Amino acid sequence: MRRMSLAGDAVSHIALPGLGIALLLGIHPLVGAAITLLLGAVLIWRLERQTGLDTQTVVGVVFTASLALGGLLTPSEDLIAALFGGFRGLSTLEFVLALGLTVAILIALRHWKDQFILNLFSSELASATGLNRSRIDLVFSLIFTMTILVGLRFLGTLLAGALVVIPAAVARQWTSRLSPFLGISALISIGSVAFGMALAANLRLSQGPAVVAVAAGAFVFSLLVRGRLQTLPTP
Amino acid sequence: MKPLLTVKDLTVVLDGKTVVSSLSFQLERGDNLAIIGPNGSGKTVLVRALLGIVPHRGQIVWVPGAKLGYVPQKIDADRHLPLSFGDLLQAKERVLHLPPTEVRSVSEIIGLSKEVLETPVGRLSGGQFQKALIAYALLGSPDVLIMDEPTASLDQLTEERVYELMRRLQEKLGLSFIVVSHDLSMVYRYANKVLCLNQQGLCFGPPHEVLTPQALQALYGEHHQLYQHHHLP
Repeated sequence: MRRMSLAGDAVSHIALPGLGIALLLGIHPLVGAAITLLLGAVLIWRLERQTGLDTQTVVGVVFTASLALGGLLTPSEDLIAALFGGFRGLSTLEFVLALGLTVAILIALRHWKDQFILNLFSSELASATGLNRSRIDLVFSLIFTMTILVGLRFLGTLLAGALVVIPAAVARQWTSRLSPFLGISALISIGSVAFGMALAANLRLSQGPAVVAVAAGAFVFSLLVRGRLQTLPTP
Repeated sequence: MKPLLTVKDLTVVLDGKTVVSSLSFQLERGDNLAIIGPNGSGKTVLVRALLGIVPHRGQIVWVPGAKLGYVPQKIDADRHLPLSFGDLLQAKERVLHLPPTEVRSVSEIIGLSKEVLETPVGRLSGGQFQKALIAYALLGSPDVLIMDEPTASLDQLTEERVYELMRRLQEKLGLSFIVVSHDLSMVYRYANKVLCLNQQGLCFGPPHEVLTPQALQALYGEHHQLYQHHHLP
């Protein structure tokens, strides 16, 4: 489960073939993306268990295959938007569905949070505590991929995973405690999206790259500030 | 009274290799069992089989309602993980729907300070980490604590403290222990039964009866002896 977090950036690429097929069929691209993300999550989970390969290897195979397949299937005029985000304006229905999915993710996280914490620390201890670590891994993968789906609309398949990785990296610069870590990660993520989209709108930039650039800037800023304060221990 | 644990013809095969073969033994409530054997003899696999973590053939029958606590040999904890043992203990408390005072109660019994509970796991010393793992295992009021080399990588003084803690826990809480150990002197001091394991069970019983030079030679394949020091009061 821990290594799934490290492979987070790559997981978002699994959406590309779904996007491409949906565009070819004339249905909403995010429907296709959701299907391939969910299938990809289950496939990664099954391959890990059947092959004994570690998560990063399995994700590496699945995401590169997805990227290649998506590149072949996605119409060329839509490929840039699929990779970097920025399809046509958000409809009311899309907004409501995204909001609903976000609420569902938050409820699921609240319910599963303690099991994730125990399994993240040690899957062996989680098993000895009576938890089903295989089920925990699968649920985590599904929640993870649905989180990627929420951001896919405006970040694209290449960059959606960045908002999982970078805010956490920023938060880790500032704290070693769980609750502040989660709070700071969420704030950095929200701030990056808000500021990045404002920049994109005002300067006519691509949304996805602008958002991720802001998040990366926050990481660089943290390094510089923490570097100046390096004599102080991380709280 | 039913035995605490009955193991009959236990065999564990992993990746086509027989790791534990036709093992049988029985434990009563209050027993302290030490499992000894050379590296690769199947001790950790046996522990995992007792916990139900690995598949096995044969019988492992715990007394109905027995609750197990487990302290593993090593945990591949990421030093940079933003988690403290306070977070872990509270997570286990919620997962098992334990009373909210359980964490404080167990921390007091073990002697874990608030500071240690709030320190990220990667920053704890070996002794603090081990005590915190024991606290984690005690949550949920187990009847049996299963510990896999609990003092590996600890200095001698800390090792003594951990074994003393185990003795106090047994006196205070009436726990039974199953401990994998390489330290024969500690086995002799703290265990009332010992199981010699080298894929098969080579000896089982009170240490002073079964830890003979012949048994140790059969187990380890070298000349081993246990010297007992008798000090005048």
